[in-house]
Amino acid sequence: MEKFLVDIFGSEITAYIIIAIIPLIFIVPYALFAVWLERKVSAHMQDRLGPMYTGGWHGWAQTIADIIKLLQKEDIVPAAADKKLHLLAPYIVFIGSYAAFAAIPFSSEYIGSHLNLGIFYIIAVSSLVVVGLLMAGWSSNNKWSLFGAMRSAAQIVSYEIPTALSLLAVVMIAGTLNLQEINKMQSGWFWNWFIFSKFPFVFIAFLIYFVASLAEVNRTPFDIPEAESELVAGYHTEYTGMKFAMFFLAEYANMFAVSAIASAVFLGGWNSPFGDFMSGPIWGVFWFVAKGMFFIFVQMWLRWTLPRTRVDQLMYVSWKVLTPFAFFCIFAIGIWLML
Amino acid sequence: MEAIITKKERDLKTEEMVVQMGPQHPSTHGVLRLEVTTEGEVVTDVKPIIGYLHRCFEKHCEQMTNYQQVIPYVDRMDYVAAMAMEWSYVLGMERMLGIQVPERVEYIRVIMAELQRIASHIIAIGTYGLDLGAFTPFLYLFRDRELILDIFERTCGARLLYNYFWIGGLSHDIPPEFVDKVREFVKQFKKTIVEVNNLLSYNEIFIKRTANVGILPADVAINYATSGPVLRGSGVKWDLRRDDPYSIYDRFDWEVQVGKGEMGTVGDCWDRYMVRCREMEQSLKIIEQAVEQIPPGDVQSAIPKRIRPNPGEIYVRTEAPRGELGFYIVSDGTNSPYRVKGRSSCFVNLSVLPEISRGYMIADLIAILGSIDIVLGEIDR
Repeated sequence: MEKFLVDIFGSEITAYIIIAIIPLIFIVPYALFAVWLERKVSAHMQDRLGPMYTGGWHGWAQTIADIIKLLQKEDIVPAAADKKLHLLAPYIVFIGSYAAFAAIPFSSEYIGSHLNLGIFYIIAVSSLVVVGLLMAGWSSNNKWSLFGAMRSAAQIVSYEIPTALSLLAVVMIAGTLNLQEINKMQSGWFWNWFIFSKFPFVFIAFLIYFVASLAEVNRTPFDIPEAESELVAGYHTEYTGMKFAMFFLAEYANMFAVSAIASAVFLGGWNSPFGDFMSGPIWGVFWFVAKGMFFIFVQMWLRWTLPRTRVDQLMYVSWKVLTPFAFFCIFAIGIWLML
Repeated sequence: MEAIITKKERDLKTEEMVVQMGPQHPSTHGVLRLEVTTEGEVVTDVKPIIGYLHRCFEKHCEQMTNYQQVIPYVDRMDYVAAMAMEWSYVLGMERMLGIQVPERVEYIRVIMAELQRIASHIIAIGTYGLDLGAFTPFLYLFRDRELILDIFERTCGARLLYNYFWIGGLSHDIPPEFVDKVREFVKQFKKTIVEVNNLLSYNEIFIKRTANVGILPADVAINYATSGPVLRGSGVKWDLRRDDPYSIYDRFDWEVQVGKGEMGTVGDCWDRYMVRCREMEQSLKIIEQAVEQIPPGDVQSAIPKRIRPNPGEIYVRTEAPRGELGFYIVSDGTNSPYRVKGRSSCFVNLSVLPEISRGYMIADLIAILGSIDIVLGEIDR
């Protein structure tokens, strides 16, 4: 694809900028759609209709209207806030989520950057989110924000371990950290996907990854950093207008990032489930986004069904359940590979 | 050099943080302020601060021109269980005046009060789910609360504050379709209870959050004079409908529900929650029986023309959804009360909060406060 773009524009720099911008072009409409979807999914689960008015058909323009409203809002910075950090925090959070998209293969022909250390890079760069959240919580000079920030730092840092370990299980089978390579290995019918190989160990790893990823993106039942009934709104209590919207954008971008990794590593990524049927670079994008959206739907489904866990229970799940099981999976797969 | 060390030591010193929870906070169930002293996330002390919703109820009552005018004010005490509030005051006045209300009125009052109990427990359980992060059960429950409110609206025109129980009778007779609507509701709500139990009560995460949290032993509960589901959650079988019978509750077949400590210790949050769930089933049982037996008659035949009780005083107590609701009414022989004092169950129940929430985490404090189920309208009056 790079070659193609270089041929069109005649300059490498323009081509690379376009390649870098493509995920952003994807994220913004996706986030608008996902917020709308979240409202609709929750509404239909709760015997409601959700937004029905704005834009005509099933309130499709509701989130666009919301963004326009948020743009007009006064940008309030608390008088006692650390202004620089307060301004910077939402963008750091968004950068952390967005940078991960660089190594996500949307199609066999498109990946932001051909990193050999793709998975490693994603895990590393998404940790940047924690810095942003801590900055937001600390700079707001609000005790509830601080509670939220401390909780999210503890949560995200501890859940990175089971996440990384469960991905490592697949990396051992694939022998590479490059997501594009991992996807190529899963081509063909859906039984070639890694989730079905070395059964049931990779499947367990997949479950561990999914649970841990819920915690990484602060979704219910692990949404304690922004537990609205306890901490008002957690780290973004003091944010208004577009800065508040940036946090949301980052959250939804992050949701897609973890779903995309799950589909790329475990469910064949851009591969069609039915061999050559509907396969190819363009269909690849379709399959990839469809798999990602499926996980996003599951995340919404869980959010509107389950209550929230407590901080200590959250840590218990991470350290005493997920991490040992992830180690067990790695161990079992290692032995399997040796034999 | 020494100065630097002391500065460092001062920087390292950890101290307790005082957090103001409320009066604007999503889960204080009204305008309650909790002054929470925390060490990290652990609560070391809680001080409930009330008075943000004080409306001089008792002083208002003294200024009324007659006894009937007090009823709308009583409605506004526990505004989510207004029928129960009215009944207590009206019962006191009837005892004072020596009025025997017709059978039909008694039956309608029982049905109304039990429907109100269900509507009130729906709010308690639904918002408890919200406090713990479960949104959906709340909306399922509110869907059915609408049915109750529709029945009330058909009967007396109001959905929240009814002014329906009058001294000696009722403001309106029940409409013809009332019985069918109640039957319909009972049928529907039996399904909803099962649904809520599956979705929330026996949810693993919910049990983890509520079992063994905020344990209120029976002796502490009695010493603090708690009542209602809070007391029964601690395993004390005390229900004024059974133990200090009023109206016609003795004619129905129902049981007092107590906490049994199935998921943890007796008197934990789960027990208090579950007592409410089971009480709703018992209320349905009472309603089912009562609605089949409503005798014919005139609901306003016993209403006195002029209410002027002899000088004297009376204390009456009934089992409101949140516990023992008492009214102490003093008459000086004139048209208006000399003094009306409300004994609020929520106020008494709230006093136990600091006792049972020390040493738990902030998230548990929310769970404990929700399980006590307060309504600030009744606390502040």
